[in-house]
Amino acid sequence: MSLQTETETKRSFNQIGTRPVRPDGIDKVTGRARFGADMEMPGMLHGLVLRSPHPHAKVKSIDISRAAKLAGVKAIVTRDDFKMPKDKDLVDICANIMARDKVLYDGHAVAAVAATTKAIAREALKRIKVEYEILPHVTDVDEAMKPGAPILHKGMRTGGMDTKPRKDSNVVKRYKFGHGDVEKGFKQADIVIERSFKTAATHQGYIEPHACLASIGPDGQGDLWVCTQGHYMVRNVCAGLLGLDVSQLRVTASEIGGGFGGKTTVFIEPLALALSRKANRPVKMVMSRDEVFRATGPTSSTSMDVKIGATKDGRITAAHAELRFQGGAFAGSPVSMGAMTAFACYDLKNVQSIGYDVVTNRPKQAAYRAPGAPMAAFAVESVIDELASKLGMDGLEFRILNAAGEGTKSSYGPTFGPIGLKTTLEKAKSHAHNKAKLGKNQGRGIACGFWFNFAGNTCVSLNLQLDGTIALSVGTPDIGGSRASMSLMAAEELGVPYDKVRTIVADTASLGYNDVTDGSRTTFAAGLATIEAARDAIGKMCGRAAKVWGIPADAVKWENGYAKPAGPNAGAFKPMSMAEIAAIAHKTGGPIAGHYEINADGAGVSFATHIVDSEVDPETGRVTILRYTVLQDAGKAIHPDYVEGQYQGGAVQGIGWAINEEYIYGEDGRLQNAGFLDYRIPVASDLPMIDTVILEIPNPGHPYGVRGVGETSIVPPLAAIANSVSNAAGVRLTELPMSPPKVLKAIGEHNRA
Amino acid sequence: MSQIHVSTTINGDQAEFLCDADETLLDVLRDRLGLTGSKEGCGTGDCGACSVTVDGRLVCSCLMLGAEAEGREIGTIEGLANGDELHPLQTKFLEHAALQCGICTPGFLVAAKSLLEHNPKPTETEVRYWLAGNLCRCTGYDKIVRAVMDAAKEMRKA
Amino acid sequence: MRFESPQTTKDAVALLAGAKGKGRVLAGGTDLLVQMKSGMAAPDVIVDIKRIPAMKSIKAEKDGMRVGAAVASAEMAEHAALAKGWPGVVEAADLIGSTQIQGRATLAGNLCNGSPAADSVPAMAAIGAKARVVGPKKRRDVLVEKIVTGPGKISLAKDELIESILLPKRPPRSGDAYLRFIPRTEMDIAVAGAAVSLTLDTKGVCTDARVIIGAVGPRIIDVKDGAKALIGTKVDKAALKAMEAACSAAATPIDDKRGTKEFRKHVVGVLARRAGQIALKRAKGSK
Repeated sequence: MSLQTETETKRSFNQIGTRPVRPDGIDKVTGRARFGADMEMPGMLHGLVLRSPHPHAKVKSIDISRAAKLAGVKAIVTRDDFKMPKDKDLVDICANIMARDKVLYDGHAVAAVAATTKAIAREALKRIKVEYEILPHVTDVDEAMKPGAPILHKGMRTGGMDTKPRKDSNVVKRYKFGHGDVEKGFKQADIVIERSFKTAATHQGYIEPHACLASIGPDGQGDLWVCTQGHYMVRNVCAGLLGLDVSQLRVTASEIGGGFGGKTTVFIEPLALALSRKANRPVKMVMSRDEVFRATGPTSSTSMDVKIGATKDGRITAAHAELRFQGGAFAGSPVSMGAMTAFACYDLKNVQSIGYDVVTNRPKQAAYRAPGAPMAAFAVESVIDELASKLGMDGLEFRILNAAGEGTKSSYGPTFGPIGLKTTLEKAKSHAHNKAKLGKNQGRGIACGFWFNFAGNTCVSLNLQLDGTIALSVGTPDIGGSRASMSLMAAEELGVPYDKVRTIVADTASLGYNDVTDGSRTTFAAGLATIEAARDAIGKMCGRAAKVWGIPADAVKWENGYAKPAGPNAGAFKPMSMAEIAAIAHKTGGPIAGHYEINADGAGVSFATHIVDSEVDPETGRVTILRYTVLQDAGKAIHPDYVEGQYQGGAVQGIGWAINEEYIYGEDGRLQNAGFLDYRIPVASDLPMIDTVILEIPNPGHPYGVRGVGETSIVPPLAAIANSVSNAAGVRLTELPMSPPKVLKAIGEHNRA
Repeated sequence: MSQIHVSTTINGDQAEFLCDADETLLDVLRDRLGLTGSKEGCGTGDCGACSVTVDGRLVCSCLMLGAEAEGREIGTIEGLANGDELHPLQTKFLEHAALQCGICTPGFLVAAKSLLEHNPKPTETEVRYWLAGNLCRCTGYDKIVRAVMDAAKEMRKA
Repeated sequence: MRFESPQTTKDAVALLAGAKGKGRVLAGGTDLLVQMKSGMAAPDVIVDIKRIPAMKSIKAEKDGMRVGAAVASAEMAEHAALAKGWPGVVEAADLIGSTQIQGRATLAGNLCNGSPAADSVPAMAAIGAKARVVGPKKRRDVLVEKIVTGPGKISLAKDELIESILLPKRPPRSGDAYLRFIPRTEMDIAVAGAAVSLTLDTKGVCTDARVIIGAVGPRIIDVKDGAKALIGTKVDKAALKAMEAACSAAATPIDDKRGTKEFRKHVVGVLARRAGQIALKRAKGSK
């Protein structure tokens, strides 16, 4: 069996680490599960958005009069319906969901319509007349940084510079991380390699387009049903944009058909609410796939320079990176995280990484699984690979020699606690995959990757029901099986069977604020809160038993689902089950519930090493992935199926990014491949099985040792595949995607040279 | 635009509906008949989330007009289980954790059922190619392929 | 917009002829519905031809096999005699899209969509397939390569449609093959495609050949120099290499989102050579 788990943890569990069927399983295999677009309401209208065909233009006027006259049209909103919010964090969001004086990218919203049918709404869009004054545009990051480039935002001056800039720029900010003396370090090196890299923008590619159903009356009380990674975020942002009291807007998270970071902001939700308020009727909005590509949040395209020096015996003496990320039309590319993670795998004395956040005429980027890290790792791990080979060292040996460990001062500042990087590398070395023979035109690549993992605001309620079963409410949307993990943790802690716990994702009125499901935080933070809420309930249940028995509460202990006297001195009482405690709760003080609220910390960083074999057709440049192995530290795998799923999914998204996926803009600044036909995500026949090895180096910050697993898995693939393809093709590939024309060209140039 | 009256069979049951000439079968299923198990991921036949069978043939319901359904037999995800008895594919998808978000799952199940009707003993490669028109962005397909192979094995035993 | 599903070819023609604005034939709909969704097509009448018996059948005739215009490519792949006799055409049709698309897509639809990248068109042209075009007054049999006149453009009149396509009987010792290049393994539009059909004499010398390339020009290209390079040879390495060079030279591709000129010119030659090898093997294996 290729799916293995290796554990270093000592604690034994009864249920953690088992693989029960998920609670939402039946609904999802029968078609009953309700996703964003699966809801309707009586009197519901259909909303559609008119979008800019231009990448950069002044919006001189918007004439809605002909559309408004069309029978069946019930509301139209434009920029005039949204006041610029005072909250600084909402200003860019406001200008992104509905263009103001300028449109800044192909697909930027300029108006929205609600009508009784989709067909009428479509017709209404055609009748809206927008007068544009077309401006020069820029979509490439390096071009956008050049003097003389078209400027997107008047008054934007580069932050973080040593001297105060005096001209407007598309560079939002410079970031700088590192320590030591890089110049000195390079002087100590026997060999220095410096290379430049580029990566294309990619999209999260979730299969479910954004969808919502808004219903709000003139009194400002509203409900919103939406597919999102964070319904509390949606509530707060929409309330801010529409000038509502936060408490008046109740948001319910539907089942979510994939997010990967792309559903951590709002697009159509405030438009649907504004239309609903104006029409005083429910409004449903569903994006088309074309809109998803043109007008949601793909990740950055990048341009990067990396320089690393090492001694003959394989010690890295200095490392430097300059990263330039365009993040679309507004500030906030993930370049800072790219710069922080770039060298996080290594124990370095002299290291510096610099990042430039750049705006261009593209849709504002949103998070995409470990935002910023995969691109930086691609550049760094490519140079590491080349260094190892120039030094005549095995790539894994070279990495082990320089790997970060417990006590290493990381390149981005903090000192690491117990971490699993070296374990992943050692296990990779001994893995059968690493020893397998390669054929003609085949190559093997290795890379490691790092991700911080986040924790954040979390609030959980656990209710003991009359029959002793448990209703657990969490506020973090389930994007990959987290309800199963929460049920497992509650069941483990309470000592009851898994199927006695039902976990739901509660709406925004039912729990305190919860951060978005992102940063690989849910199993860690909501899990931690679940365990603590269970402990809170246990304390209360012990108290009730103590009351019945007439002994002090601290003389009662909790064991395997029963309240028991703590010891012989406490008295001889028959243990009470949860069902028994629940049955008499009305006589002992009323309903019993456990709660926990925290702004959690201690998420625990995680590392992975990937091994990949590929074959290159030297006549066509076509790359085939032959074999793939993921070795990653999970801290503790609560439900190993879904941990493996995260490893496999991340690896395959990485395969797409490395080989085929890219945003292609024409000279006219329009997106040319806004569909799954030409934005080519991997299909089943493109792939081998993805082997996984779960390593468990417990995270001291979590009661069970959990580390987030969702994002680290996409950090190494770009580099691992580039190394593999470079080895197979006999020439170093430095640009992603490594599409057939690029690979063939590189082989051709190499052969001619 | 006057609407078209269509009589058809869906999951063995008689169904009638009115639809516009340019309305897709997927829109009819979802918006008129309340069968929202078929999903729209792209609307252009590139993702397979709307897979249904028409007279036993696997198709994308987003690439077929509702009016074409006249007199046909349509099979959707809602007809996969037999009462409270899950289809072996459904059981195996659950056992193998072959879904994460679940949006592509109905399409995969309908497509996989069609595969096993055509080919009860598919190789891994045959499974992968038959399902190439069904996109999944969460799983990397590994567990889906395993679940289909396992279900095929189970069904051969039965 | 009206939807009609006539029972006879005559009625279908009458509907097209009588359409006030534009009439569109609906066979598999795998292109038409996408065009309607994007707003590229807004026909006044949609004529569904799937209820016309002559259009839904595969029939052996004296001159070859007649494939109805509404026969889905999955039905072709399941037709043993068709798959055995015309493997190049069947495999080309089989490459169009996913299993789901296979359940609907048709040869005639692939042809009438007029895409330069249509997979089945080079394969059909290579074996001299003929489309039966029916109009209000007459029917005519037209070589497939005469149907498409440019990207998205066809030579049919407003009131004409294709009823069926004849795949002509293959001479003994003939083989055909079609290969295309796509970045993934499935689901993409051809970046380049090449079909080769050849016939050998009893000594294994090539007596007749056709080489057709696709997706490397506004319409398919009949590479006569490629065919010449094979005829009179035993289709050895050198002949195939010469055919490859002829294909690369004949290609007139553009740079677009799917590939570069340079890439397409090179790869179309590689594909033609590889297709030639398969066609040769098939010709040697056939009686």
